[in-house]
Formats: sequence, C-alpha cells, structure tokens
Amino acid sequence: MTWKSKDLLTLEELSASEIQTILDTASSFKEVSTRSVKKVPALRGRTVVLFFQEPSTRTRVSFELAAKRLSADILNVQTASSSLVKGETLIDTLKTLESMTIDALVVRHKCSGVPLMLANMTNATVINAGDGFHEHPTQGLLDLLTIREQKGKIEGLTVTIIGDITHSRVARSNIHGLQKMGAKVRVCAPTTLMPMGIEKMGVEVYHDLDKALKDTDVVYVLRLQLERQKKNLFPTIREYSILYGVTNERLKRAKKDAIVMHPGPMNRGVEISSGVADGPASVIDEQVTNGVAVRMAVLYLLKGEKTQGENA
Amino acid sequence: MTSKVKAVVMEAKDIERALTRIAHEILERNKGIKDLVLIGIKSRGEVLAERLAVKIKSIEGTEVPCGALDITFYRDDTDTHQPDKAPEQTELPFDVTGKKVILVDDVLYTGRSARAAIDEIIDFGRPTAIQLAVLVDRGHREFPIHADYVGKNIPSSAKEEVLVRVKERDGKDEVVIAESEK
Repeated sequence: MTWKSKDLLTLEELSASEIQTILDTASSFKEVSTRSVKKVPALRGRTVVLFFQEPSTRTRVSFELAAKRLSADILNVQTASSSLVKGETLIDTLKTLESMTIDALVVRHKCSGVPLMLANMTNATVINAGDGFHEHPTQGLLDLLTIREQKGKIEGLTVTIIGDITHSRVARSNIHGLQKMGAKVRVCAPTTLMPMGIEKMGVEVYHDLDKALKDTDVVYVLRLQLERQKKNLFPTIREYSILYGVTNERLKRAKKDAIVMHPGPMNRGVEISSGVADGPASVIDEQVTNGVAVRMAVLYLLKGEKTQGENA
Repeated sequence: MTSKVKAVVMEAKDIERALTRIAHEILERNKGIKDLVLIGIKSRGEVLAERLAVKIKSIEGTEVPCGALDITFYRDDTDTHQPDKAPEQTELPFDVTGKKVILVDDVLYTGRSARAAIDEIIDFGRPTAIQLAVLVDRGHREFPIHADYVGKNIPSSAKEEVLVRVKERDGKDEVVIAESEK
C-alpha cells in the first residue's frame, strides 16, 4: 500500500486499488468512533485548514470531526468572516495560510477546478470537499463504503442516480467511483437536468423513473437544487416531484432488497418522500456515519505522503 | 526488502512449550484469573493471546476475555513508515478499567510497539496493571520497557530480523532469524 499523490482532488484520477485502500482504512477508523475516548494520536501536531467558500454543514462538520478524532489542529476559514470579502484574492489567502505552515487544506469552492489550482501552488495536501459542478470525492468514497457495507460488494451492482445530474458534483464522483469498482450506473433526470454527452461516461441514460428503477440494487437520490429553479429548468417543483420523486410506491420497481441513499440535505416531499427517507430501505444515516470514517482515512493516508520521496 | 533465513531458532514444539510455561507463570504471578484479560497486538500477538487463553482455560477451567489491538494510529514513526497494508480494527470486547491486562506480542525489540499499545489501552480506561508477555525478546531496547513473561531470549544483531510465524497466518509455527537485505 503506497500512496503516491499529495492531494485528493477527484475520484476520476484514483485507481480501483487506491479506492479499495481508502475504504479498508476507513473501516478501521469506524471503530475509533465507537470508543468512549473517540480519539487517536495519528495526526497530532498537524494543522488542517477547512477552507469553505460555499455553505456547508455536514461536509465541514464531518471533516472537522474527522480531523479532531485524529488529534489534528483545525482552523476554519469561511468566506463571510475572511479577508476574501475585503477583496483579497484566493491566491493571496492561500499564501497567507501557507506562511503559517499548514499541513492540509480542505477546500470547498463554487468554481470547478479551484482545488486543483491551489494544489499546484502549495506544498500542503489539498483535499477537494466539493468544487462547482465537478467532483466531491469524499462524498463518493463514503457512498462506496456504505454500499460495500450494505451489499457486501460493489462489483456487479446496478446503481441508479436520480435527479439534477447536470449540476451535481456528487453524481460525477459517484459515477467515476462506482464504475471503477465494477458497478453498472444508470442516471435518470428530465432532459433539462441531464448534461449533454453524459453517455460518454459509460452510464445508461433514462428519463422515465419507473424504467430506471427496474431491478436496481441501489437507488441514489440527488438533492434537487431549488436555487436553480430560477433558470426554469423544470416547470414546477410539484411536477418534478410527481415525475421524479422517489416514493415507496415507485420503489417497488427496484429490487426487493434495494437500498436508498441521499447525500443530504433532503427536500422531503420533493425528490424523496418521508416514507422512503425514514423507511427500512434508507441508509442515509449510515452515509453520515461513514462520512467521518472516510474523511479520517483520507486525512490519515495523505499526510503520510511527505516522506515518500525520501524513502524511495 | 527481502530477507534470507539464517536459522530456525524455535520450532512448533518449542513455541507450544514456551506458551504453556507463560500461561502457568501468568496464573502464578496473578494468583488465578480474577480480573485478568489478554490483549494481543495485531497481527501475530493476537494469535498468541488466543492460544494463551486456550491454555489458561485448560488449566483453570474458566475463559479469560481476549482482545486485540491495532496500534497503527499510535505509532511514533508514521512520518517515515509506510504501512504495507490497511490498518485493522482494534477489538476490545470488555472495559479495561480495573482489569489486569496481559499485553501479548510476538517479538519485543525496541519497545516502541509496546509503548504504542500501552498508550492505546489507557485511552480506553484505567487498568490496575499492564503486564507484557512476548514469545521472543531480542534485545536492543530503545525505551524503558521490559517483558514480564518471555518465551525465549534471542540475542540478535540489529542487521538481523527475528520472524515469528504462526499457523493461522503463515501456515506454520516457527521462529526464524533472517538476514535483512535492504
């Protein structure tokens, strides 16, 4: 198990065996969160900066908890309270942080590619916590871990991703991750929310939810980004809900033992009914639990990278 | 890194006898099994702890709780050492507070693993005592740590490796000295 990369920017760039390593490591970290003292000294003395330039609760909290459980020191830098609102450029902010000798930078930004740009400019480890419509790799990894735990495997499963595929970095990370691990991926959305050329990613494209759900093992419901409704990409929320909302009735088309996932936050009654979200098929809470474990694994594996060059 | 076996220093029978003696010593020193728990350091210490538990049961007739530690997250060389496999889980199916912990490992060398294991155990609670049992003590201590129970003392050179192999993991019970070729 050697870890080559300094950063985690996408799942597209990872190999199946690297993903496997992260998932295996995360399984061990899960146990740490069940102890009465939920802390191990693996990252003692390291500084992790959480650099979130877009609203986020669960991802930021999850990363913060992960870093704390590894005994790292944490610095929160958020747009509203940072010098960025005074007009400082992103690059100058990075340089300032770097001058304070940080070890890792967890970045969320509304523009795709920002984590990559920052990674190329710093010696610190950069972890992408979601960039624009591009990728959200730790979300993809925690979803893979949840599927692997629930189904005992990933290979050979059929996973249907439903919702706003165009604007979803979660969908993109999941498509890359699932395909590398040998799953078959279907995507289902109205044409206005389906990106052009998505079939080139090797997914099956559906516009009819009932057909998309047939014989599927994993139903992955994306959040309908209501803030995008302004662009008139769909007529009304009610219509979307009727055509693409996952209810217990619709769920009957999937396999009997299918699981339902959602990256949160949910719009109950829109893309997912409460009956499904709180029902026996839902593994949404497990996703959140696994989020901490996966982020611990990523922070832990990436920080060991520094000495790679010296040893080789 | 490969290594060439120079000599077999313990065979299956020798390991068996050493563990039987250690089991008796543990019981003698602790006057029975009251509050006793065994904790093996993964991976081979775990196997040895389980074997000691079987032996203690055959002597005293009662089961001793057995747990296992993965000390990866407590190591002091995580900056320079790349593990060759994903860490495993720590499994302590009991509360260590108030217990007499017998910490079991295959080889005692620098003492750094034992230090990491002790730190991890006291993160779980406050045992009344921690005693260390090892199959092989090869010397070269870097920390003030000594073993309470030793299967065999094998003075070795720092250039050599002492490898404990167990049936459950390696298909065969033996202890060998190998020349490490880096």
